[in-house]
Amino acid sequence: MIDSSNIKFVIVGHVDHGKSTLIGRLLYDTNSLPADKIEEIRKTSKDLGRETEFAYLLDHLEEERRQGITIDTTQVFFKTNKRHYVIIDAPGHVEFVKNMITGASQAEAAVLIIDVKEGVKEQTKRHAYILSLLGLNQVIVTLNKMDLRDFREERFNEVKKQVQEFLNSINVEPTFYIPICAIKGDNVVEKSKNMNWYKGPTFAESLDTLKNRESAEDKALIFPIQDIYKINDKRIAVGKVETGIIRKAQALKVLPSGQITKVRSIEKFQHNVNTGYAGESIGITTCDPVFLARGNVICEPENEPVLTDVFKANIFWMSKKHLRKAEKIVLKCATQETSCKVEEISKRINSSSLQVLEENSDSLKNLEIGEVRIKTKNPISIKKFSEVEALGRFTLVQDEDICAGGIITNYV
Amino acid sequence: MNYLDKLESKSIYIIREAYAQFRKVAMLWSIGKDSTTLLWLTRKAFFGKIPFPVMHIDTTYKFKEIYEFRDKYTKKWALDLIVAKNENAISKGVCPEKGKFKCCNELKTNALKIAIEKHKFRALYLAIRRDEHGIRAKERIFSPRDECFEWDYKNQPPELWDQYKTKIAQEEHIRVHPLLGWREIDIWEYIKREKIPAVSLYFAKENKRYRSIGCETCCSPIESSADTMEKIIEELKTSKISERSGRAQDKESAYMMQKLRSLGYM
Repeated sequence: MIDSSNIKFVIVGHVDHGKSTLIGRLLYDTNSLPADKIEEIRKTSKDLGRETEFAYLLDHLEEERRQGITIDTTQVFFKTNKRHYVIIDAPGHVEFVKNMITGASQAEAAVLIIDVKEGVKEQTKRHAYILSLLGLNQVIVTLNKMDLRDFREERFNEVKKQVQEFLNSINVEPTFYIPICAIKGDNVVEKSKNMNWYKGPTFAESLDTLKNRESAEDKALIFPIQDIYKINDKRIAVGKVETGIIRKAQALKVLPSGQITKVRSIEKFQHNVNTGYAGESIGITTCDPVFLARGNVICEPENEPVLTDVFKANIFWMSKKHLRKAEKIVLKCATQETSCKVEEISKRINSSSLQVLEENSDSLKNLEIGEVRIKTKNPISIKKFSEVEALGRFTLVQDEDICAGGIITNYV
Repeated sequence: MNYLDKLESKSIYIIREAYAQFRKVAMLWSIGKDSTTLLWLTRKAFFGKIPFPVMHIDTTYKFKEIYEFRDKYTKKWALDLIVAKNENAISKGVCPEKGKFKCCNELKTNALKIAIEKHKFRALYLAIRRDEHGIRAKERIFSPRDECFEWDYKNQPPELWDQYKTKIAQEEHIRVHPLLGWREIDIWEYIKREKIPAVSLYFAKENKRYRSIGCETCCSPIESSADTMEKIIEELKTSKISERSGRAQDKESAYMMQKLRSLGYM
């Protein structure tokens, strides 16, 4: 019996390097597809005058199929003999980077695909950098379209070296480099007869080595409040325990007010519980009538996040409208929301070449990375991303849209 | 936490998040297994008292079992039920025989439009799942619709971690999808674990059962002997037929679902 829990991984890489095709092949070779789906793909491919196109399993929008590109991210389920997976497909086109980030932010691991005919390209680098920004450190590299280079080991080694050099420079250490031909299935699920020189695992085998993200239960308690409900004279503060464990009768500190109280009860509908674990959506009531509201962060006294209105961060800007230094925007971190301004852009960086474009800049453009200092209107509870992800990552909202993702790198 | 606990917690988080952001919300209840599961999760999220209306889009072509189930559990769970119909189209005789696209669009999408305008909802909960259909797999958890109800699928907002699109213009509304990451088999495992009631049409009679239910006119049963939840779960583990194979609106042409959805269909 295989475990029904799953691992989520995202497939990234430059446009046309074969992301959707690899997924299609994987699903087909592991017998994961309903017969009527295969029939639908055959028929649609034929109607568009093409050979059976596995990418259509994921590229479901009419525009995607006609143009042969992926526009938006999608997720599919799949299993090996060992366990279940959720595969997140991400578009490789520069115009859809925000969709790629949407997909990648949900993943626990990543597969970077590179066409050996073309080698490392603009989106290969940008996507790899985004993986490192998001803290995704489990990476498998597949070198695709080996058939177009006669399955030669020399070409594999050449491209591998090129990829390695770039990934080393951004501190990404892949577990495997696998030569494949996604369209024909070489080293996808079946070992390739065309590349006897390759002794490593197939792509499907390499997936089984991926590990689930570690449980956050061992860390100090962080419980950001989502909402307050008044139910039968009880005031229940609800939310998701981000890290640690919350126990009945334990002492609590409420940030930013600093009030101290105790847990009177842990509330779960029709369940009698005394604890709430990391990842669980629960409610609590407190012993004292403290004032609680959305955006408060509950923690243990003496083991608290940093309460501050200024910090350093790396942000990835993804809006056509520029960010101007000191302009008023909104910051969202866990359930906390406050207006803020980026008061210093110490470096403006090209997210593909990683070249520093300007120091002490006044603005940030679409797809640029900024090393910045942010000042919030109200103090918020934060941690460095490397310490507590939930309080170390945030989004910025300009007008009505999320226009940047960021991670906190240091306190000021 | 096991796998189902994780799915449950994540869905409850999303349900609470949308309510915290918008307050003026409603849940669509088609009375099928998915939206009844969503209803169950919503009751859990709010400790048994759902603080907003539950809406049934009634095309008048639903199975009689669906109406019976609706009325029974509306009473039992003390739901604030809105039955939404496009009376005008019904009186003009819109029906599946005269065109399935028009029928779905008028009796479902436009019925919903009329109801939203009347009640001024800012957000709607829907029980769609990624594994049902390739078009639904492209959805966001918080998915905006403009004043014409259109889904701008070529320009969806980014969604990072647990941060969703929560700011919208006055004329827009948000579709909230708490079950997007659930599979069909997860739904049944959860229904079994939680003892959630399900419409009898899902269970085999004379070697036929419905795997997906909607209007009587546009649903066909599958060959199956699964007459208990356990047997349905077993059947899904080995089935090679997709869930919505019996649903006519997915079939008429390759992109009918995309066209319906871009106009505001669920």
